Amino acid sequence: MKNIKHILYAFILTVLPMAVNAQFDGEFIKPRTGKFLLQNATIITVTKGTIENGSVLIDNGKIIGVGKNLTAGDVEIIDCTGQFIYPGMLDGGSRLGLVEVNSIAETQDFAEIGQVTPNMRALVAINPSSVAIPVTRVSGVTTTLATPSGGLFPGTAALINLNGYTPDQMYAGFEGVVLNFPSSARRSTWDRRSDEDIKKEADAAQKTLNEIWGRAEIYYKLQQSNAELQYYPEMEQLAKVLSGELPLLVEVNAATDILSAIEWIKSKNVKAILMGVAEGWRVADKIAEAKLPVITGPMLSIPTRQSDRFDASYTNPGIMAKAGVKVVIRSNDAENTRNLPFNAGFAAAYGMGKEEALKAVTINAAEVFGIADKMGSIEVGKDATILVSTGDPFETKTQIRHVFIEGYRIPMSNRHIKLYQEFLERSPGLEKN
Amino acid sequence: MQQRNQINEINNPKEMKKMKYILTGFLILSCMITQAQTPKGSVLIKNATVITVTKGTLEETDVLIENGIIRKIGKNLTASNIETIDASGKYLMPGIIDAHSHVALDAVNEATAPITSEVRMADVVNPYDIGIYRALAGGVTISHAMHGSANAIGGQNVTLKHRYGSGNPEDLYMKEAPRTIKFALGENPTRVHGRGNGIQPRTRMGVEAIIRNGFNEAIQYKKTWTAYENALKQKGANPIPPKYDSRLQTLADILDGNIIIHCHSYRADEIYALINTCRDFGINNIVFSHVNEGFKVAPELAEFTMGASVFADWWAYKFEVYYSTAYNAAILMENGVITSINSDSGELIRHLYHEAGKAQRYGELDDEQTLALITINPAKQLGIADKVGSIEEGKQGDLVIFDEHPLSVYAIPQMTFVDGVKYFDINKDPDDMRLKVSASEAVEPIFLKEHEHRCMQDVDFFFTNFGRSLFNHSH
Repeated sequence: MKNIKHILYAFILTVLPMAVNAQFDGEFIKPRTGKFLLQNATIITVTKGTIENGSVLIDNGKIIGVGKNLTAGDVEIIDCTGQFIYPGMLDGGSRLGLVEVNSIAETQDFAEIGQVTPNMRALVAINPSSVAIPVTRVSGVTTTLATPSGGLFPGTAALINLNGYTPDQMYAGFEGVVLNFPSSARRSTWDRRSDEDIKKEADAAQKTLNEIWGRAEIYYKLQQSNAELQYYPEMEQLAKVLSGELPLLVEVNAATDILSAIEWIKSKNVKAILMGVAEGWRVADKIAEAKLPVITGPMLSIPTRQSDRFDASYTNPGIMAKAGVKVVIRSNDAENTRNLPFNAGFAAAYGMGKEEALKAVTINAAEVFGIADKMGSIEVGKDATILVSTGDPFETKTQIRHVFIEGYRIPMSNRHIKLYQEFLERSPGLEKN
Repeated sequence: MQQRNQINEINNPKEMKKMKYILTGFLILSCMITQAQTPKGSVLIKNATVITVTKGTLEETDVLIENGIIRKIGKNLTASNIETIDASGKYLMPGIIDAHSHVALDAVNEATAPITSEVRMADVVNPYDIGIYRALAGGVTISHAMHGSANAIGGQNVTLKHRYGSGNPEDLYMKEAPRTIKFALGENPTRVHGRGNGIQPRTRMGVEAIIRNGFNEAIQYKKTWTAYENALKQKGANPIPPKYDSRLQTLADILDGNIIIHCHSYRADEIYALINTCRDFGINNIVFSHVNEGFKVAPELAEFTMGASVFADWWAYKFEVYYSTAYNAAILMENGVITSINSDSGELIRHLYHEAGKAQRYGELDDEQTLALITINPAKQLGIADKVGSIEEGKQGDLVIFDEHPLSVYAIPQMTFVDGVKYFDINKDPDDMRLKVSASEAVEPIFLKEHEHRCMQDVDFFFTNFGRSLFNHSH
């Protein structure tokens, strides 16, 4: 009898934890590179259709083969029967890596003091050890635009891959200067300013922006004529926008502000990307006409006006896409950047369609960020940044089985998963014996 | 002059008699109005995939609601003179129930004392809140409108049925729901009172003591009333009644089992401490809300409480939720804890079916377990599971029709019914569903940063740091 008890305990202690582990990849604890052959999967390439029962061959960080019946010597084979391969998903705007615990000011590295701080580079403050990074990447979100916020020119956003031990190892090849375009909108019912005051403040903010921009133009002109310039890091950074080296990421949301921003961008002749664009649906044609790409989101937010239809935030990206705007989706989150695919799912359900929504988190983002030669689809020669799933990655029911970032096989674990493994069957349970 | 003439007319006896009739009629009418029933509807929904939650899923089945009650579930049902809806290819599920919400409330926190059990959220219900309609558009038919989390013992909550359209707050009350009260542990009460006002509680020890002291005071209070009532029974006695104290009376009602506690909580230690306090006072009616570290004390929650109402995946917005896991709901369910998923947000309440779906990503719960998180389980926690929370004959006709399975990210609610009355119809409702428009809003406000997490609404002024609110998320 005692023996049976021992056997039972041995069973509970060994087999049950393994059963839990089996859901995750417990084989290795750190990302590792190598040569991998992913076999027997349905491959959603995004740009070149869907391949049934196909393989993806990865070597030295790159995709070196996509198709049927691929073989290779000295390769780690991963059987993906019944599973799906998608490109890794890109989030067009997030604070991931710039904040650890949002209510604790000491961990907020996304908002510097001051109105004009374009030289505050997100890449400098990225924390590669943020607990939220492994929590995010196992969802298949592999790449995020770390975006500073706050003042008029809060800083320079940086695209990062969610793997690496230094910010430079994570850097994914895109930076952009953020401009919070002055708003003429009443911010909420808590905004008690009179209509006149709102207009006055908006005009003043617009004037300030133009003054600063005027200074940047002078600085850039002087720079071009090789003038001796005083150290002026803010202008140095804005001059990079004027030279075309960096695009301007224009955060703007209210419809009238979007129209003003479009005019402003035209008059300044800068390369710009619109961000936020919560009311883009009201002026979608104008955005399309201006040929400005849009990074919008989250869809999972309340409509901007009480009079709006309940689903205005869900339908926004679809309406813009239909009008001909190139749309990228963002989570605008930090620790829950993993919800990017669900935002895309809502966009898809409410008018955008699955195919276009998938593009909005893959190839469109890569194109807007100028890295489509490396990311955004499953093609030979591109970075091996992919996910393997049991189904549509926008569906909550789907499990993400494998993630590769630039050819590194990512451990499918993180603190959330480890807590699950420890506490699903806590020991001791209710009674300690 | 004209007035006087009228008075003269009424002085005419014949007119007087007529006036009497009119007055009587008016009085009867006003009595009827005060006792007026909220609308009850009848409808026959045909050929739906009926997800009952408690009794399996029935393909191509009809559900008949008469006068607000589910009368019959079956095939080939017929009924005359009532609206029939063809739901072929669609999914019918019970109305979604949100066990933690602040929708339709004009105020949330009475943050002036560590115990404010005398205040009632029923007094601040705003039936015009567009949030009610938005919740309906997400299939939510019942929400638990709660006091905020500023106090160790906050105010009394109110359970609302989303009968949007009435200007009378009382029409929203779910009158048959039991009384509930808000408690709160951890960072919020210690910040407001300990650090904000310099009074106890500043620590989790203090929070525990405030609650324990409150209950002990309530016992003393009960004793004075018992003594008084006993004295009354003595022949010829003329005892002086004790002073009525609604704060202590409410705590006494908790001790008597007449009120369910819904407690804002995050960390395992504070949850465990309150479980112990409740056990000491013989209190079983307690639900823990948010409960991010509930997974660590799942066996205790299963044994001693009415369960946990959690977020699907929120974490790291403050320190006490840093050691969270999105697998919380799954761990709790597998340990036998009655578990629900709540919104605490005017945003999340619009897609609780999606929030529940995340318990499939994180822990692979099956469909029925997952849908229980937003239907029968929150109903149990609010003490209304005999009336709502599943599709069963005899229950109230709170239902929602989806075009696809409600746990798919692509599912869109089509129609939402409360008491058999359709309050949301995706194809028929106009875009602007506001019930009234403020004349002062010449420029309509635009909500760019949603002020969505409202547990700490009305106390933001305690927490400004260099002019910047420390709370982006503030529950």
